[in-house]
Amino acid sequence: MLEIKNLHVNIGDKEVLKGIDLIIEDGETFILFGPNGSGKTTLLMTLMGFGNYTVTEGQIIYKGQDITYAPMYERARLGIGMSFQRPPTIHGLKTGHLVKMCGQGREVDVEGLAKKVNFSSFLERDINAGFSGGEIKRSEMLQLMAQRPDLVLFDEPESGVDLENMALIGKTARNLLDGLVEGCTMKKAMKRSNTSGLIITHTGHILEYVNADRGQVMYNGKLCCEANPRDILDHISKHGYQECLRCLSAETGEILDLSSFNEAS
Amino acid sequence: MKKIDLSQYRAEGATEAAIEDFSGFSAEDKERMLFAGIDVDNPSQSGAFMHLNHSGVHCKAQQEGLEVMDIKEALEKFDGLPDYYWQLVDKDKDEFTKAADENLHGGYFIRAKAGAKITEPVQSCLFIDKAGISQNVHNIVVVEEGAELHIISGCATAHGAKESAHLGISEFYVHKGGKLTFTMIHNWSVDTAVRPRSAGVLEEDAVFLSNYVLLKPVKDLQMYPKLTLKGENSVARFNSVIVAPEGSYIDCGNRIEMQAPNTRAEIIARTLTTGGTIINRGYIGAESVPARGHLECKGLILGGGRIHAIPELDSDQDGVELSHEAAVGKIAQEEIEYLMARGLDEDEATSTIVRGFLNVEMEGLPKELQQAIEKQIDELDASDAM
Repeated sequence: MLEIKNLHVNIGDKEVLKGIDLIIEDGETFILFGPNGSGKTTLLMTLMGFGNYTVTEGQIIYKGQDITYAPMYERARLGIGMSFQRPPTIHGLKTGHLVKMCGQGREVDVEGLAKKVNFSSFLERDINAGFSGGEIKRSEMLQLMAQRPDLVLFDEPESGVDLENMALIGKTARNLLDGLVEGCTMKKAMKRSNTSGLIITHTGHILEYVNADRGQVMYNGKLCCEANPRDILDHISKHGYQECLRCLSAETGEILDLSSFNEAS
Repeated sequence: MKKIDLSQYRAEGATEAAIEDFSGFSAEDKERMLFAGIDVDNPSQSGAFMHLNHSGVHCKAQQEGLEVMDIKEALEKFDGLPDYYWQLVDKDKDEFTKAADENLHGGYFIRAKAGAKITEPVQSCLFIDKAGISQNVHNIVVVEEGAELHIISGCATAHGAKESAHLGISEFYVHKGGKLTFTMIHNWSVDTAVRPRSAGVLEEDAVFLSNYVLLKPVKDLQMYPKLTLKGENSVARFNSVIVAPEGSYIDCGNRIEMQAPNTRAEIIARTLTTGGTIINRGYIGAESVPARGHLECKGLILGGGRIHAIPELDSDQDGVELSHEAAVGKIAQEEIEYLMARGLDEDEATSTIVRGFLNVEMEGLPKELQQAIEKQIDELDASDAM
C-alpha cells in the first residue's frame, strides 16, 4: 500500500524528518508513538501533501505510484484520507454538504452515515464552527466514512475526547479500517479488508478498538524500535521515553535527551 | 466617488405603454429580471409592480389590505402623500435627489394596511431597456400598525441598455408593531450609473429586515440607506452580499441610528472583489440605552481589486453595547488544504469557500430567487478570477 523511502522533510529551513523508511502493507494498521515534537504529525502532513512540508530527499510510493510531489487532492482521489486534529472552520459551508463532497462524485447516504456517529443534528451547521473536541472527531470520522479511503491517517484520534465518545470513535475507526458491516457473516468478517491505517497515539486508547499490527517510535525525526504496539505502549508507560532515548543513544552512539526536541508539530 | 454628469442621460422620451402580460419579454430579458428577483412567469400571488424606462407599466394588488400603486397615481389620490413624500430624504440633498424631484418618472407606493399580513413577497421590478436614458423613480413603502410586508425589489437593465442611469428615492415607514422585509437585488450593466437615496423610520416594536444582493458588474453605484429607530423595542437588520468584478465601482453601506431604548441594530456585509473597487461603510449610532448593535464587514480580495471597509460606531450613552468586526483578506490556505484533503482540487476548494462566504442567510426568500442567486454565485466561480 505505502512505501516510504529515506524521507527527509523540512519545515522552512529546519529539517524535521531525517530519513524515514516505512512500509505499510495492504490491510495493515501501523501505530506511531513518540514524544511531542518528534515529527509524527509532520510525517502525516507530508504523506497528505500539505504545502508547508518540503520533501528534500527520498520518496513516497503509494499503490506503486510515486506521489512524493503529487498535489493533495490527487492523493485524496487515489484513496488517502486524513482525520485532522484542528480543522479550520469554513463559514457558510454546511457539514452535510462537505460530507457529500467527500464522496468525490459517488452517491453518499449522508443521513445514514451521520446517524452512525450521532451527528445528524450537526449536518446543517457550518463545518467545525464551535465544535467541541469530541464533535470535531465525529465530524472527521463522518467525512472519512463518506470518503472511504484505502489508507487512513489518524492524528491522535483520542485527543480531546471523553470516554463515551472514545468508544464511538474507536468503533468507527475500526469499521473504517476493517470494513466490517454490522451483522455480516463470519466468512466475510474473516476476509481481511484492504484498508490500511497509520495512527499517531499518545495514550494508546485507540489500541483497545483497532487491530494494530505493528508499531514504531519516532524520535527526533527518525523511526526506531519496531515492535508490537501494545508492547511499545507498555514499555513507554513503565519507563517513559527517557528509557527509549538511552536505548537509541546506545544504538547510534549519539547523545540525545528530551530537551533537544523542539515542538515542531 | 466619481462624478456623474446627469446631462449625459435623457430624462425624457422613453414612455412605455401598460403591460398586462409579461410573456412579451424576451427570454433574455426574463432571465435578467429573474436574476433581479422578479419571476415574471410565476407572478406573485400578493402583488406586483413594474416600471419600465420612464413609465409605470404594471400594477397589481390581489390581497386584502395591500395597496400597490404607481407613485404618481398615489400622489394624486392621496393629496400628495404629505406624511410620506420627501419626509425622510431631503430633496435638496444632491443633484440626484433634485433630478428625481424635478422630473419624476414614477416608482411605487406600496402599503400594507393595519393588521394585514402579506406573507408572500410583493414583486417589484424597475427595468431599463433603452440606451442613454436616466430613470428617476420615487418609492414609498408604508407598513401600518401590526402589519407585515415583504417586498422583493429588483432593478435591472436589459442587455442593450447601454449608458443608462438609475436614480431612485425610497422612503420606508414601519409603524408600531409592523414588520417589513425588503429584499433588493441589483442586476445592472458594466456601464450603468446608479444613485439610490433611501431612508426609513421605525416606530415602537417595529422590525425592518433588509437584504441586498449585487452580484453583477455595475459601472458606478453609490448608496448609503439610513434607518432611524424612533420607537422603543424596534429592530433593524441589514444583510448585504456584494461582488465587484473588474470595472465595478461600488460605494455603499448602511446607517442605523438608534434613538429609543431597547433597540437592536445589526449590519452584516460580505463583499468580494475580483478586480473592482468596493467601499463598504457601516454606521451604528445610539442616542439612547439600552441599545445593542453589531456591525460586520468582511471582505475577500481575489485576483486584484480594492476593498475599503469603514465601520463606525458612535454613542455618548453609558451602558450602550455596540461592536464591530471587520476583515479584509484572502482565503486562508488552511481552508483550501482542508478541502483538498477531501479530494477537491484548488479551484473547487476556492469556489466552495467563496460560495460559503457569500451565503448570508436571508429570511423569507422564495425558492426560485434563492436558486437564481445561487446560480449567479456558481457562475462567478466559473470566471477566471477564481
